[in-house]
Amino acid sequence: MSAPGNFAIPERGPGIWQPKIQGIVCNWCSYAGADLAGGGRIQYPPDIRIVRVMCTGRLDSLFVLKAFADGADGVLVSGCHFGDCHYLEGNFKAAKRMFMVKRLMKSIGLDDRRFRMTFVSASEGAKWGAVVTDVVNVIRELGPSPITEFKK
Amino acid sequence: MAEKKKATTKKITSKKEDIKKVAPVKEEVKKQAAAPAVKPKATAASAAAPAKTTVGSTTKQDARIGVFICHCGTNIAGSMDISAVQEYAKTIPNVAYVDNYKYMCSMPGQAVINKAIHDNKLTGVVVAACSPRLHEPTFRTATKEGGLNPFRFEMANIREQNAWVHMHDNVGSTDKAKDAIRIAVAKAALLQDLFPKTVPVEKAAMVVGAGVAGMQAALDLAAAGIKTYLVEADTSIGGRMSQLDKTFPTLDCSQCILTPKMVDVGRAQLIELMTWSEVDSVEGYIGNFDVTVRKKARGVISMAEGEARGIVGGGCNGCGDCETICPVIKPNEFEVGMKPRKAIYINHPQVVPLLYTIDFNSCIKCGLCVTTCGEKKAIDLEAKDELVKVKVGTVILATGFDIFPIEKKEEWGYKRFENVITSLEFERLICASGPTSGHLIRPSDGETPKRVAFVLCAGSRDNTGIGKPYCSRFCCMYSLKHCHQIIEKVPGCIPYIFYMDIRSFGKMYEEFYYRIQDEGAKFIRGRVANILEDPKTKNLHVMADDTLLDRPVDMEVDLVVLAAAVQPKEDTNRTRKLFGVSCSQDGWLLEAHPKLNPCGTTTAGVFLAGVCQGPKDIPDTVASAEGAASAASIPIHKGEVELEPYFATCIEEKCAGCGMCVNLCPYSALALVEKNGRTVMEVTEAKCKGCGTCGGFCPGGAIWMNHFATPQIVAQIDAFLLGGEQ
Repeated sequence: MSAPGNFAIPERGPGIWQPKIQGIVCNWCSYAGADLAGGGRIQYPPDIRIVRVMCTGRLDSLFVLKAFADGADGVLVSGCHFGDCHYLEGNFKAAKRMFMVKRLMKSIGLDDRRFRMTFVSASEGAKWGAVVTDVVNVIRELGPSPITEFKK
Repeated sequence: MAEKKKATTKKITSKKEDIKKVAPVKEEVKKQAAAPAVKPKATAASAAAPAKTTVGSTTKQDARIGVFICHCGTNIAGSMDISAVQEYAKTIPNVAYVDNYKYMCSMPGQAVINKAIHDNKLTGVVVAACSPRLHEPTFRTATKEGGLNPFRFEMANIREQNAWVHMHDNVGSTDKAKDAIRIAVAKAALLQDLFPKTVPVEKAAMVVGAGVAGMQAALDLAAAGIKTYLVEADTSIGGRMSQLDKTFPTLDCSQCILTPKMVDVGRAQLIELMTWSEVDSVEGYIGNFDVTVRKKARGVISMAEGEARGIVGGGCNGCGDCETICPVIKPNEFEVGMKPRKAIYINHPQVVPLLYTIDFNSCIKCGLCVTTCGEKKAIDLEAKDELVKVKVGTVILATGFDIFPIEKKEEWGYKRFENVITSLEFERLICASGPTSGHLIRPSDGETPKRVAFVLCAGSRDNTGIGKPYCSRFCCMYSLKHCHQIIEKVPGCIPYIFYMDIRSFGKMYEEFYYRIQDEGAKFIRGRVANILEDPKTKNLHVMADDTLLDRPVDMEVDLVVLAAAVQPKEDTNRTRKLFGVSCSQDGWLLEAHPKLNPCGTTTAGVFLAGVCQGPKDIPDTVASAEGAASAASIPIHKGEVELEPYFATCIEEKCAGCGMCVNLCPYSALALVEKNGRTVMEVTEAKCKGCGTCGGFCPGGAIWMNHFATPQIVAQIDAFLLGGEQ
């Protein structure tokens, strides 16, 4: 299930753009799933940096917007499956906020594929690997964030 | 490039200042004597009261963070350049000290942290090592021993989420580790002293499921002096084990070793038995679970209830007169449908409690049983479900398993061919108290079979998507036991075992396997591809590939026994949602750690016992039950538990009293109150579990989530995206 076929170690060096992806994941499901991916040595691209929160319900739309304003090329929010939230319903609230932010992104001309919410449980290590690989692939396809480009 | 780098570094420092203005740092904080947790207040409000400071507080000084990088042997060091990470860490703002060690979690590793805190007057600690889910408690203790508040610690996960998942990308993982440390330092610089709250623990426990696991757990808890509520959905305790005839490898009679335990459970003063009951709802947290149990309408009252209702000598004494007269006939689930039962019934003569139950789905309310019962007045045809509330400190889930519906594997013809049965049906057929009084017969004609084929891994170790990918663990052994029973009880009958491997892993199991070989059972290594029925004789043709002889086999037998896989109970999903427990990919309840915490769950105070966690044989089930009972009794004997102080607090000066958060809270922990002539939100800390749903929404930014405060998270995002090398 590790995905050496789905990604290659990219060429790196000065001036070569590497995607910056901000991950915000919940402690109980997705962070545990990401740990399980580690235990299972499931390989995925290293372009994501994780901020751990107790629940995706903690997700303030501000965090996503701040990340994009700071120049993130993508944001991944990941929590428990619906109905599995450690805090009953935090992921539903996060999903509502996600839709709101996605509409906002569209209206300012930012491709909403740059922001994704996924649901990875504590037992889905392989899924975590696949999700991150896919997110990185999509962001690589979309290229650098127009906000960073605009700032230049 | 260099210019750009400079520019961004400047940017981050200026950002930091911004954040500090927003963040209520220690200076602006008033520690309240009543509530030990730090409450943020604006300077104006607390100017009058001088701020108390604790050891290592960052008051009036800049954050001094120590960074400790762990090699974890070669686990981390093998995938990245530790010295490059260390050199980089020295350049991060606020970092006062950087060190690395081979095993940071070891005693010498922790001593390094302890010494560094003292020598460098650190205000915060960052350890870059494994997952905080693994070693956060370890390093928090080390931080505390160094004289700092344990919540001044932040972990950078560079093993599970870096070294192990980027094993072939040295550059990528080194960069990621640098970023991870920078992000952790940014948070550590803004961390506050927090004080865990201790809550008392109710001196009672609940065990859900009264199979052998639940019974053992309840007996152990009661023996440890803890009041235990044992909830069972069926009419009697005993579970799956009470359906078995013999147990491997000792060939003990299952009922003979189980019934004394059942009687003990029934007799134990401290065990309150709730059969024919289900958990309806659960509220609260470790130490204080409020569980509502639905006592399903039974229609029959016990002698104790009879006494309570003032009926002299009343209540059910298990005489069975009602069963004799009841006109309704239904298939008996306990006998896997191979025997009839009445609408008023008991599972078997040794049930505990000895109390009849009316199946109201089939009862026609003719009233014959009421008349027969007479003066005992034990039967109440108008009985209704009853909700009982109990308060417990800890909970053990021992909900057991179901048999995989093996008819889904159509090639084996279960439910199409009469003479294809499951192992559980075989178990009842060979059992002396079963529907045939222990005479093995084939269902089609009642004849004694002469050739019996056992199909192992029926639905287990099956990657077709129809069966289960896992090994059900005990089918090999019970099938060997079945072979022995055939050889012992049915002279002239030959058992044939179709197997992939024989997994005889336990104590004396392999010896048992050899014994069965010697007794004359025939072993054919090969998975059964197809079973066909001779329509005239109802005999069965078992088609397989004998992989040892490398040729196909077509064997005519009289009876086929499928060792069907086990699967999680049908209502596992409901159970786990009630108690907030996750499940693994195959649907079994998920333990906190597969090796080091196999009885615990991610919900504090909820433990797992027996097969609900994954297939186990009886010895393993009992061992896990005793483990769970021991784990569940610890908080109760301790008398109090510490709750993580991650609860929400209201920054009253910013709160507009809109009340949007009140409806968001899943635990009703928030309320609007009048304070100093203004409406503001107030948090009931005992109810708050720290999810942060309110904090994620508050339009005024007036909710401060301890340890996950908005400035702290924003600092992490900024540190990643604005700091660092471009």
